[in-house]
Amino acid sequence: MNDIVKVAGLRVAARNDAGVDVPIVHGADFTLKKGEVLALIGESGSGKTTIALALMGYARAGCRIVGGSVRIGDVEVLEQSDASLAKLRGRTVAYIAQSAAAAFNPAKTIMEQVIESALIHGVMSRRAAQAKAVELFRALALPDPDNIGARYPHQVSGGQLQRLMAAMALITDPALVILDEPTTALDVTTQIEVLRAFKKVVRDLDTTAVYVSHDLAVVAQMADRIVVLRNGEIQENSRTEQILVEPEHPYTCSLLAAMKPTVSQGAPGRREDQAKEALLLDVRGLDICYGSKRVVQDIDLQVRRGATVGIIGESGSGKTTVARAIAGLVAPSAGQVLLDGQPLSGTLAGRTREQFRRVQYVFQNADTALNPQHTIEEILARPLRFYHGMRSAQRRRRVAELMELVQLPASLATRRPSELSGGQKQRINLARALAAEPDLILCDEVTSALDTVVGAAILELMAELRRELNVSYLFISHDIRTVRSICDEVVVMYAGAKVEQGNRSTFQAPPYHPYTHLLIDSVPEMHQGWLEETRAGRGTLPQIAAPSESMPLCPFLARCPVRIEGKCNKVAPPRVWLEKGSEILCHHTDSDLRHFDELVPAMVVSG
Amino acid sequence: MTPNVHRQSANLSTSGPRAGAVVGVAHDEKPQGGVRRRAKRPVSGALGVLIVGFWLLMALAGPWLAPHGANALVGFEVFGPISLEYPLGTDFLGRDILSRLLHGAPYTIGVALAATVLACLFGVVLGLVAAASGGWLDAVISRTQDALIAIPNKIFALIMVAAFGSSVPLLLVMAAFAYMPGSYRIARAVAVNVMTMDFVQVARARGEALPYIMFVEVLPNMLRPVLTDFGLRFVYVVLLLSAMSFLGLGVQPPEADWGSLVRENIQGLGDGAPAVLAPAIAIATLTVGVNLIIDSFGARAKREMES
Repeated sequence: MNDIVKVAGLRVAARNDAGVDVPIVHGADFTLKKGEVLALIGESGSGKTTIALALMGYARAGCRIVGGSVRIGDVEVLEQSDASLAKLRGRTVAYIAQSAAAAFNPAKTIMEQVIESALIHGVMSRRAAQAKAVELFRALALPDPDNIGARYPHQVSGGQLQRLMAAMALITDPALVILDEPTTALDVTTQIEVLRAFKKVVRDLDTTAVYVSHDLAVVAQMADRIVVLRNGEIQENSRTEQILVEPEHPYTCSLLAAMKPTVSQGAPGRREDQAKEALLLDVRGLDICYGSKRVVQDIDLQVRRGATVGIIGESGSGKTTVARAIAGLVAPSAGQVLLDGQPLSGTLAGRTREQFRRVQYVFQNADTALNPQHTIEEILARPLRFYHGMRSAQRRRRVAELMELVQLPASLATRRPSELSGGQKQRINLARALAAEPDLILCDEVTSALDTVVGAAILELMAELRRELNVSYLFISHDIRTVRSICDEVVVMYAGAKVEQGNRSTFQAPPYHPYTHLLIDSVPEMHQGWLEETRAGRGTLPQIAAPSESMPLCPFLARCPVRIEGKCNKVAPPRVWLEKGSEILCHHTDSDLRHFDELVPAMVVSG
Repeated sequence: MTPNVHRQSANLSTSGPRAGAVVGVAHDEKPQGGVRRRAKRPVSGALGVLIVGFWLLMALAGPWLAPHGANALVGFEVFGPISLEYPLGTDFLGRDILSRLLHGAPYTIGVALAATVLACLFGVVLGLVAAASGGWLDAVISRTQDALIAIPNKIFALIMVAAFGSSVPLLLVMAAFAYMPGSYRIARAVAVNVMTMDFVQVARARGEALPYIMFVEVLPNMLRPVLTDFGLRFVYVVLLLSAMSFLGLGVQPPEADWGSLVRENIQGLGDGAPAVLAPAIAIATLTVGVNLIIDSFGARAKREMES
């Protein structure tokens, strides 16, 4: 028998306010062989993290493991005392948490923290542990493996920190590694590097691992088997290829379906009309500086009435800052924002109430965007009173209408935000913006905090509202799939600059800007082997001489796989119109980019 | 799986924009908590409410309930023991201690309460103004309050009394003034955190004026720390006023608050006379009671954080 992990009838309960135990995991059974990677997949609340933690004999505050057995090797984990569990954790079972930034102590060097568990468990000497750590750094493809350990956590990037955390977990050669959403907080382009490093290490060291994720496409790259969870129950437990190709359980099918956004918002027939629609928002040459740092440079952006314009980019690309400037929360240092041809003041103080009403901002995180001390009714009634001066009876009627508009029962009006689910909160967030009867809604990552299924429902709702109310959206997202499927026009931002702009059809096929290429290629696809096939983040960058400091150059220069010596590092790139109708910021010509694959130099096709 | 909805303060989430997001939400159609959480106060908190409630009642009704006048010389014995006629004995002049205690309650509790309300009111409003407006106004208010906080309370009180002579209004204003900077510091610190929350940004982007943001959006979210601070500050004010009276600089004879009751009967301490013990115990129970309530606030906040 080579089952290294055997879980049988695992049950976990949470105590609710009334002091009654509510089961949240109902009898989970699964096994893992040596060297196997098992994925636990499900929406939030499905119990995947709870099960993963139970593998270490741990239940979060308020939860309790009430029954079943977890065997790792010959050890029955659930019967261990606290002292022997402490010996087990970090030694036999290691855990890699979602947010490495929160898991590292900022006051200690990386090496100190990576070898800590080896020293605590006394498995090797400090010298041996340090040598092993460097070896792991190398295996995880970290830059400068010999010296990275001397740095502090804030001196490395998020993706590197996540890999360093893997080194921390692997230092004791644990029998089982638990990876809890290790790439969820990362940008797609970073995620791909981390996934590659994880996969290589897991294969090289023959590690047995449990991979917890909500993202089926990511899991498809990593796992041998997938366990699909819903509401604490196992729906399906099969080999990865079977789940992807012929899922048995209807719930698995619905998960697969939700991964492919099918919202067809602007019906194709409408696009010609839109060209005629009046220009609603016109951003001209927008520059924003924080102190001396220029975070947004020279952004031009137009939104027509009833259109959806997407802004896409990695974190730190300045996309949210642009939206905040349009809303007046950040003062631009140069450039203009025009609404219906009327310039909007850069500061809040200079805007009229009518201008405020016409541009509404929907924040990413509905948890923090709704005041926890106000009821839903108060939240929705405020803009009605503020902008429209409605009286109380009229307000109450309108609140009910708004709740209906976002498909929520009117009975929720008396509740507070903490009593709603994530999706419901996001609907209220949207309803509050609609209460103003705006012309333009700035949507900042409105679905990124939600489960795929819930997020898809919100997008569907937004599409419906657009049809009914003819509002325009400025849709900010890091998810190129969503943006491509719902936006009429897409703007790609990198390091504060607009590198590509085009309508939806131009984003269906190359040529793209090299950065757009990278973004598109980095989105995990729902088939095994994608990680090995994709070009993104692979190969070596072309050697160029150090760029001249004084000149403004292409913002993507440092990461561009097709940069040209003598051109890209010398001259600022021009704005080029491609034949298909999009505009890019690049030295390459239309025909060059059409054959992008051949441009990318000698790809190293290996693991 | 417990949704981490309480991870609200912006400074707690240190990682990327999506960190914690995916695990932080529940199903679309399943509300997180069906019924509003019913606050369960522990026994100690209930005891605190009982004690403080009793004293508040005495502060209002004490003078009418008192069997004798505050200055009526009723007993022939000085430092008399506990008897049926004088339940808490008699003082150094043969006055009924129970009556004097009840007559003193409005001074001790009323003045302290009024002073604390004033201190917290000004502290919180200034803190909100400073946090909401920021910039030079914040700097001016903060530095002024810092200057005040640098003066030790008791010294400040002594100087004020030395300069203007002791009277109830002076004591009230003095105590309020002495404890305002502390209240301001706490209120501003909490308000600055709340100001960074998204819902405040939403209100700003809606075009709301500063007073609305301060009092409707921010204030309700800082009530708990502010109330806790209020209770704590009340205890300090009671102690400061009692100390002033003990030094003979507080409420002037023939009127007496609890602090002066302790002082004027101090000779009885050697005999263990109830005349000196009773007011001391009254001060102690009041402060302990208020502290019990405060602790139960803190415990409740902690329980909610954990769940």
